[in-house]
Amino acid sequence: MKNFFQDLKQKEGFKSVCASILCILAGILVGFVVMMILSLFNDRIGLKNAFQGLGILLGGPFSSGTAKYIITNLGDMIFYAAPLVMTGVSVAIAYKTGLFNIGAAGQFLMGTMGSLMVALNIDTTGKPALGVLVWILAVIAGMLAGMLWGAIPGLFKAFFNVNEVIVCIMTNWIAANIVSWIFSTTPALINSGAGKSGYLITTAATGNGTPKLGLDRLFPGSYIDIGILLAIVLAITMSVILTKTVFGYELRACGANKYGARYAGMNEKKNIVLSMAIAGGLAAIGGAIYYLNPGIEFKFDSAYQKLPDYGFNGIPAALLGSCNPVAVIFVGLFIRFLSIGGDNLTSAGFNKYIADIIIALIIYFAGFSKLFRDLLYRKRKKAETAEHAKHEETPPDKVTTQGKEGEAQ
Amino acid sequence: MGAEPYAIEMRHITKRFGPLTANDDITLQLKRGEIHALLGENGAGKSTLMSVLFGLYDPDEGEIYKDGKLVHIKDPNDATALGIGMVHQHFKLVECFSVLDNIILGDEDTSFGFLKKSTARKKVQELSDRYGLAVDPDALIEDITVGMQQRTEILKMLYRDNEILIFDEPTAVLTPQEIGELMHIMKNLAREGKSILFITHKLNEIMEVADRCSVLRKGRYIGTVNVADTTKEELSEMMVGRMVQFEVEKKPAKPGKAILEVRDLTVKSQSHHKDAVKNVSFTVRSGEITCIAGIDGNGQTELGYAITGLEKPESGSLILNGEDITHKSILKRSEAGISHIPEDRHKHGLILDFSLQENLVLRRYMEPRFQKNGFIRFDEVRKYADQLIDEFDVRSGEGALSTARSMSGGNQQKAIVARELDHEHQLLVAIQPTRGLDVGAIEFIHSEIVKKRDNGAAILLISLELDEVMSLSDRILVMYEGEIVGELDPKKTTVQELGLYMAGAKRDTVRKEA
Repeated sequence: MKNFFQDLKQKEGFKSVCASILCILAGILVGFVVMMILSLFNDRIGLKNAFQGLGILLGGPFSSGTAKYIITNLGDMIFYAAPLVMTGVSVAIAYKTGLFNIGAAGQFLMGTMGSLMVALNIDTTGKPALGVLVWILAVIAGMLAGMLWGAIPGLFKAFFNVNEVIVCIMTNWIAANIVSWIFSTTPALINSGAGKSGYLITTAATGNGTPKLGLDRLFPGSYIDIGILLAIVLAITMSVILTKTVFGYELRACGANKYGARYAGMNEKKNIVLSMAIAGGLAAIGGAIYYLNPGIEFKFDSAYQKLPDYGFNGIPAALLGSCNPVAVIFVGLFIRFLSIGGDNLTSAGFNKYIADIIIALIIYFAGFSKLFRDLLYRKRKKAETAEHAKHEETPPDKVTTQGKEGEAQ
Repeated sequence: MGAEPYAIEMRHITKRFGPLTANDDITLQLKRGEIHALLGENGAGKSTLMSVLFGLYDPDEGEIYKDGKLVHIKDPNDATALGIGMVHQHFKLVECFSVLDNIILGDEDTSFGFLKKSTARKKVQELSDRYGLAVDPDALIEDITVGMQQRTEILKMLYRDNEILIFDEPTAVLTPQEIGELMHIMKNLAREGKSILFITHKLNEIMEVADRCSVLRKGRYIGTVNVADTTKEELSEMMVGRMVQFEVEKKPAKPGKAILEVRDLTVKSQSHHKDAVKNVSFTVRSGEITCIAGIDGNGQTELGYAITGLEKPESGSLILNGEDITHKSILKRSEAGISHIPEDRHKHGLILDFSLQENLVLRRYMEPRFQKNGFIRFDEVRKYADQLIDEFDVRSGEGALSTARSMSGGNQQKAIVARELDHEHQLLVAIQPTRGLDVGAIEFIHSEIVKKRDNGAAILLISLELDEVMSLSDRILVMYEGEIVGELDPKKTTVQELGLYMAGAKRDTVRKEA
């Protein structure tokens, strides 16, 4: 038994999970401290409210009051998690190839545009079978738009060695403007209903929204649809591709050591472009499954002012999941779990914005997962290094070169 | 001579790294106003000795005296305070700063928190006039030549009123003209009373500029000679020494047909702006081990890169078995029968975060044996890895599943050698194949290479180890400053003669095609 635990402790996956849990706990702790401090300076809320707030936060959808609300909120949690899983997997795949995909927001928007252009232009009201077909086409159209958009930073990186972060940020804003512009020229798709301004019609009007497959009966009142199933299938598929296939082997090799990959005869330029295109396609599917839901409206006229949160939240989702696509599924659900808890914080007297700050704190502690991991395993690492130093006969010349560099600092 | 104390005297310095003694009882005496050369092969302990002087290492034994007084140098700041300055082989300059900014960096005059450059500018101007170091103080480092950058480094030392100047292989990156200028500057500095330690393994430069020369070999002090009283031959013998020959058991080579033909190959250097390989032509035949010998940094790395495809040559062509491969990809070259033991095992040879088995198929994962419908057949990979691990005695914590990073350097090297030797090949390019290995492993790898030769493979060995060059090769081509300066038969030549070629002291002028 003792051996079992020792083996477990050595496993890379276990280390990652431990580090992620520590991140979450640290984030929650800081969020709690924020609530305590607020309660000290606010007459209307006391220390009691801080503890109550912590409980609500940790309760997630289960702190929503009546059973009816809890079930609806659970359904929504799953629905909102699906696009987050997609953007998270997008960032994770790129990261495994040594690229930082900060362009998920733009790819998400291109996916939204590509899919809505198909879905909203073809009216399949009353023909459910055709509706499903159009839905599939719409997802594919969104994916292709995103792949194209993701390939752009990939091409710049591969052939001109331009940092992908810069190109991604640029393409994000180009995408945002393109989307606002294109939809402003398609009056047929704009919702002209009373009190509506700047919104598109939804797939409810064209009858080809994301199929629900009876999930809506399990979680009545919620938005839930099969988007989450698609996200799970894609995440697992990506995981299999990455770990089991020749293509994944090449991608990982390029990410871990591009010189080594080059030496082995791999085409690292091709792999960079492909990796970014795949990442773009995944983020785009996130946009597609979100806005193809008949209940979700797309506000196109302000798209150029604000990039979608889903794009950026994919980064902490990926980091918290150690860039393992399957882990990202759980992380996506977990982040939405906390968010709903945060929405409920108002019942403890904290306003909505404070809830957002606390959620943000928890999410951004995810960025420290590597730090926590190192803290957790630093002791052992030191011992290992010492052991290595004994085994490895470092030639004296090498030692001095390092010494000289150290001196220059 | 005994009247004036030495500017710097290092007495009986010993420095050990674990079982390895990098400096073994070394004494070095630097007189005021002299240029003192420190000569030795790679790994002879020159850099370690200088690091001790600079306070980067604490010697296990021995003392350092400055002007006859015992000093303790604990870190580079102490060394600077004692007036010891160093021009590193790789300059420590901020590229986007001006020359003046670089010189005053770390020693700035300020008033109320603002930089005061006027006094510094005056001093720099004065110094550059006095020593003939023409540099524009306002030019940006990235815009000036390597020679000017080096002068900036020299000015940096002079600005800090350093009395003892260490030049660490200063000519490695310079053009012949720049070398001439540097020699002139060094003489000027010595005339003005500065004491110079000149680390090098180029004999010509020592003969030209140095007053005395101390020689190290394998961590030991061999002796100090007056340059005026010695010859290049004597110095080279002191540097290389009479080696315990480590003979490789092998039958005489039976050279067959030409496998690789290198024609007029020119390769640009990545680190500086000159050609690292200049118009080189030679042939590698089957059943023969052809060796490129030379001191590190004379273009061998770039030559290896060009042949294996890691770098594109500027001009010239490569013919493998009658087929032009000059513009072929690395993968195509590998399929055409080139195996490659790379020089840098961490950069090229391994994906350190991959498991050992994933690394062992790094060059052949695409073969049908290891994949099915695009999926890697991990069972086959495992079987193959276990076989190689067994055959080549690669040791690691968790066998085929160990992370390459967790393995010792020697075993990492064995894994690479196993992978490359097992791969079907007609040409093996082995660059420093036994780097960091123990004697037993070296013997094993040498015998494997000889076996490949006897089976008809062509071997191109690029090595810095003289022992290896002399014992393993059937034919030696010596490379010096990017050119092949001589072809030697290891059975007929001596290490001393080889050393002369390597140091550029001797060259075959008529040589056209090797």
